[in-house]
Amino acid sequence: MFNVNDIRKDFPILSRKVNGKPLVYFDNAATSQTPQQVIGGIVDYYSNHNANIHRGVHTLSQEATDLYEQARQKIQVHFNAKFSHEIIFTSGTTHGINLVANGFSSLLKKGDEIIVSALEHHSNIVPWQMLCERTGATLKVIPMNDEGELVMTEFDIMLSENTKLIFVNHVSNALGTVNSIEYIIEKAHQVGAAVLIDGAQSSPHIKADVQKLNVDFYVASAHKMCGPTGVGVLYGKEEWLKKLPPYQGGGEMIAEVTFEKTTYAELPHKFEAGTPNICGGIAFGAAIDYMNAIGFEVIANYENELLEYATEELLKIEGLKIYGTSKHKTSVISFNLEGIHPYDVGTILDKLGIAVRTGHHCAQPIMDYFKIPGTVRASFSFYNTKAEIDTLVEGVKKAKMMLS
Amino acid sequence: MSIEDIQNEIIDEFSMFEDWEERYQYMIDLGKDLPLIDDQYKTDSNIIKGCQSKVWVHAEMKDNKIVFTADSDAIITKGIIAILIRTFSNQQPKDIIEAETDFIDDIGLKEHLSPTRANGLVSMIRQLKMYAIAYQTQLN
Repeated sequence: MFNVNDIRKDFPILSRKVNGKPLVYFDNAATSQTPQQVIGGIVDYYSNHNANIHRGVHTLSQEATDLYEQARQKIQVHFNAKFSHEIIFTSGTTHGINLVANGFSSLLKKGDEIIVSALEHHSNIVPWQMLCERTGATLKVIPMNDEGELVMTEFDIMLSENTKLIFVNHVSNALGTVNSIEYIIEKAHQVGAAVLIDGAQSSPHIKADVQKLNVDFYVASAHKMCGPTGVGVLYGKEEWLKKLPPYQGGGEMIAEVTFEKTTYAELPHKFEAGTPNICGGIAFGAAIDYMNAIGFEVIANYENELLEYATEELLKIEGLKIYGTSKHKTSVISFNLEGIHPYDVGTILDKLGIAVRTGHHCAQPIMDYFKIPGTVRASFSFYNTKAEIDTLVEGVKKAKMMLS
Repeated sequence: MSIEDIQNEIIDEFSMFEDWEERYQYMIDLGKDLPLIDDQYKTDSNIIKGCQSKVWVHAEMKDNKIVFTADSDAIITKGIIAILIRTFSNQQPKDIIEAETDFIDDIGLKEHLSPTRANGLVSMIRQLKMYAIAYQTQLN
């Protein structure tokens, strides 16, 4: 049985004060907090097992290697990848996207087309623009409607034999919209295009089954899933990962090096040059264990409850507008008070100990669409409570009073 | 009045407030009172653009003193720039260049000093001083 008060005890940071007030942490879409179980794993790793992996004959190196590879398997099982070598450790979502974008440089030519969506954040726009510049391919954008949903009829029109790659986030970081990725993947495969799904925002809420989705690439970050920063994952279908050239050269990713020629290591090491974030990878595995022990369905149900409650309560405030009103959303509410800049609201909320994100959320095209400088974004996690939402609502009222 | 005198005056004003709420309310009011910049100067070249809010600053020379006008799309930011303008406007370039800005700490706005806030106090102060340096070069 899910008991939020028990859960909160796992997160030491949730009991601290900010500006003299109990912390209300509603910036989970930017980064989630870390439970004691994961922090303990980090301490244990550095206290007892720290060594470089895959190349030492000594005991510590073997232990560290085992822990790291176990974490890879945990991630494989979690996302239901067919092979553990389809799981590439990265420094995070952005790294995973860049790895794929870079790899496709040698596979694309002039006249090829890449499709992204209007709901992307900068990390899923800029690498593709750079790829287009390198290859002469063109970038097309699936537009969105006033609810913040992608217009699929437009997607159908722009899809063609020229489409080689499609990059869409599963969930929009700025609006919380859950995109119809199943539809996109199926349609893409009909024209032979590959699909990369950015799961940075969905992975903390929705358990993705990469085989069932039949997706070609899927990226996620540990720090949004109760894990540490600086580590993430790229899933790629074996056939694609074999086709892509290595991203970075260095140790670990080689089979044999002479000054004449280097042969590359097998997957996944081909894409893991240098000493990785060993502890981070292990802690990522621990974070996934932690979330699975609670259960993703339980998490999603509870977060939906929070979303509904917060939406209802916030909309009672006169002049408050919510951006992103899709029926299919994760627990993200982007809003503005009429005539008041989001930065001002965020500043007052911070003084009240409430952490929200303000600004354009690195998704400027979305803000341009709504003709706003940004929004205040409150994003909820399973360790948040309805009482905290009440605090937010009171805070927003106070901000409105002070700023009007 | 010298820059230092004005700063002391501002510190005195802020010392009357008992809590952050009163301080912020005062800043918000200052922002509302800020003389708006002439629209022709709200150009991209006059903008201090950050991730959070926009600030426009314009400077012109009158009787060997620099007159600053500014605006922002966020009211708290406007309050902050209003305080800076009050401090540095109608002063000689040399005095602006040499002025200390520790008074920001004394009025309880330290959190706005973070260098990562691209449009925060640090970059605003830098911008005002840049204008002063430019005018000083002209005077030499």
